[in-house]
Amino acid sequence: MSRFFNELLHRREAGIFLMIVLIAIVVGFIEPRFISVETLRITALAIPLILIAAMGQMMVLVARHVDLSIGSILAFSSIVAGMIFRDMPELPVIVGVLVAIALGAALGLFNGVLVVLFRLPSIIVTLGTLSLFRGFVFLVSGARQVDPQFIPRSLIQMSQTSPIFGIPWLVIIAFVVAFVTYLFLDHTRLGRQIYALGSNPVAAPLRGINVVRVTLLVFSLSGALAGLAGVMYASRFGYVNPGITGVGFEFTVIAAVVVGGVSINGGVGTVLGTVLGVLLLGMVSVALPILGVSAFWQDVFNGAVIVLALLIDRTVRERSIRAMAEARSTA
Amino acid sequence: MTISSPPSDAGVFISARGISKQFAGVEVLSDVDLDLKSGEIHALLGENGAGKSTFAKILAGVHTPTRGTLAINGKQVDVGSPLNAQRLGITLIHQEPISFPDLSVAENLVLGRSQDAVLGRVRWADIEARARELMDMLGIRIDVTRSMRGLSIADQQMVEIARALDSDARLIIMDEPTAPLTPKEVATLFEIARKLRDEGRTIVFISHRLEEVRALCDRATVFRDGVLVGTEVVESLNDDDIIRMMIGRPVKDYKHAMEADIGDVALEVRNLSLRGAFQDVSITVRKGEIVGLAGLVGAGRTDVARAIFGVAPADSGTIHVAGSQVTIDDPSQAIELGLAFVPEDRATAGIFGTMSVENNISAAVPDKIAPRGFIRAALERQLARASLEQLKIRLASLRQPIMELSGGNQQKAILARWLHTDPSVLILDEPTRGIDVGVKAEFYDMIGALAAEGKAILLISSELPELLALCDRILVMAEGELTAEVLRADATQELIMQAAVPRTGSHAASPNLMQGVAAR
Repeated sequence: MSRFFNELLHRREAGIFLMIVLIAIVVGFIEPRFISVETLRITALAIPLILIAAMGQMMVLVARHVDLSIGSILAFSSIVAGMIFRDMPELPVIVGVLVAIALGAALGLFNGVLVVLFRLPSIIVTLGTLSLFRGFVFLVSGARQVDPQFIPRSLIQMSQTSPIFGIPWLVIIAFVVAFVTYLFLDHTRLGRQIYALGSNPVAAPLRGINVVRVTLLVFSLSGALAGLAGVMYASRFGYVNPGITGVGFEFTVIAAVVVGGVSINGGVGTVLGTVLGVLLLGMVSVALPILGVSAFWQDVFNGAVIVLALLIDRTVRERSIRAMAEARSTA
Repeated sequence: MTISSPPSDAGVFISARGISKQFAGVEVLSDVDLDLKSGEIHALLGENGAGKSTFAKILAGVHTPTRGTLAINGKQVDVGSPLNAQRLGITLIHQEPISFPDLSVAENLVLGRSQDAVLGRVRWADIEARARELMDMLGIRIDVTRSMRGLSIADQQMVEIARALDSDARLIIMDEPTAPLTPKEVATLFEIARKLRDEGRTIVFISHRLEEVRALCDRATVFRDGVLVGTEVVESLNDDDIIRMMIGRPVKDYKHAMEADIGDVALEVRNLSLRGAFQDVSITVRKGEIVGLAGLVGAGRTDVARAIFGVAPADSGTIHVAGSQVTIDDPSQAIELGLAFVPEDRATAGIFGTMSVENNISAAVPDKIAPRGFIRAALERQLARASLEQLKIRLASLRQPIMELSGGNQQKAILARWLHTDPSVLILDEPTRGIDVGVKAEFYDMIGALAAEGKAILLISSELPELLALCDRILVMAEGELTAEVLRADATQELIMQAAVPRTGSHAASPNLMQGVAAR
């Protein structure tokens, strides 16, 4: 039993969890108002969009790529869905939702095709499409916002009503997505192939892994999930604005994923860690205003957290490389 | 010696006919006919670059033959890819095993083998149970749920062997599997190999170590210069036969024209050791002398050179330059002391690929082109031009990126770079590797001329004819130790090869060898 706990403590997830508890205690000590059901509710509402996109981003990172374009994909899916709601109110809401997901998947696939076809580094490709897709957003919308009165009530209620324990639908959907991602990554062969590809891209084809298929898959999934997050944006905020929606979203998501212990060098990362990473950043974003810290500091904190998480990742990796070298020299 | 493959096809698992391979127009393997039988352990022997690894890689689908056919159990097959080889029951265990460091040992064992649907469920419990079973079968104690990262090379190799077992491979090729292993691990490996043979599988064993071949293998095939020289039952061969088969090529009749006057000691290293690389190496090089350093790949020659130059300094021992003891902890100190080192691996350790030829030539002497801290283009141009003439470097423009030049011209540019430092000691590591024959002769002249100018030269080379042609003395290394010192007059390929091939009781030189060893 003690071995079990020992192992648990040494896992990256335990560290993140402890950090969450520590921050809650410290903030609660300074400002007792923080420890309340209301805080819990606000935190819970702050995270679903990030959590859903983080699942996609995590798969991309595990495959040793990165997707910087998700903020623009979110916006594109969101604006098109919003325009469908506005201009074709007779259609059922689900049509807009499915179109948003499909468009996200298509844009993600486009990223994947560029990466595979031209063997370009994904950081450059998605930096380009981040801007390209944002351009599409302005083009299709004519730079016009979709105003709140056009967003269907049933969609908005997803953020406000709850089927169980007062947990909003949005939050439930996000956790369902996370759980399905977990099943996919840990318990299907295709999921494991993503890890294998990221762990050793040179050897992956030698083991029969279809590198093209896996690469296209992770980018499409990342896009589809960003598309889903796009509809949820409309639900949560009640409007879609071409110049505001999803701007800077990718950084928040990547920060959360990296904080959750997903390695930018591929091959490493868990759904649980990512969920905790999202919770940690979500909680901080709620705590800072309660403590009276200016919103400007939010960015500073997110940036610092990314750098810190990368440093930890680096140290862990170097230590294991050293261990490997020692194992080799004593062999 | 002739090919003595059995006339009948009985028991033959895979047969190669007329297998040839060209790389960039150079034939590295020609017309190899070989039958490998079920239930035998078959050694592939040969010098570095003789073609044995290329042949093994063709069997395993890593390379596609330019000509020739392979047949398994009498049926012609097209191996095509490593994955297909695996399906045909052929497994190659690389010297550096393939692994997925972030995945568990158990997962590494099964990855890519299941034919189930990609969205089918992964049965972790079954996978881990099977992995434990395999590990027990091989007598290895590794926690199969731990990640591959951090496993020793030996253990990684065992995991690959377990993988081959599990996939029911009929032909298992081991490329120098024993190099990183301890004697105890070697014993385990041999035991497993024998067990696999007794089950009727075919094992191909590539090794430099004759005593291992003798202990393990049933038959041996020797390659030389891309040609199969002969296949014999191991028991019918003695070491001398094998060595003769390995080197019996006509010596290219190049002798360098200049005989330099040999002067004072320029470089002396005494009892240099680096743990895990080489032990107790002592070398003396005099002015105007060319000293060769022979040995097989992995003998530690490059490590010695890197230690002398301060790239990876030795643990113990002393270095003396021009008579006084010095400490060299990094290359800049070595350069200051008048040493120069042209490394073996041009692409990663030699050139700055995307930079211009003139930048590359001037790289080691910033002071000469930037007298006041700012680079003066005219000085750099002048310096580079002088090199062009001296070394006959052929190029389109001094401003073109060096990676556009041919291998030989790149090598000349690097040599030029070091000559500008006006070194007294020049260490050349495989200077003519991958260079056309014509340009090689130019290099030999150049090296001879440098010695005539009074430079001390330490020449590492795997090409025996090159060493015999150029060197005044040849030192031989095997497994990190000096095993012989041969004077030019006594040097023959056989003598050097005898000392270079590691054998039991290893480094005590045989009486035969001692005759050629010069007394100091």
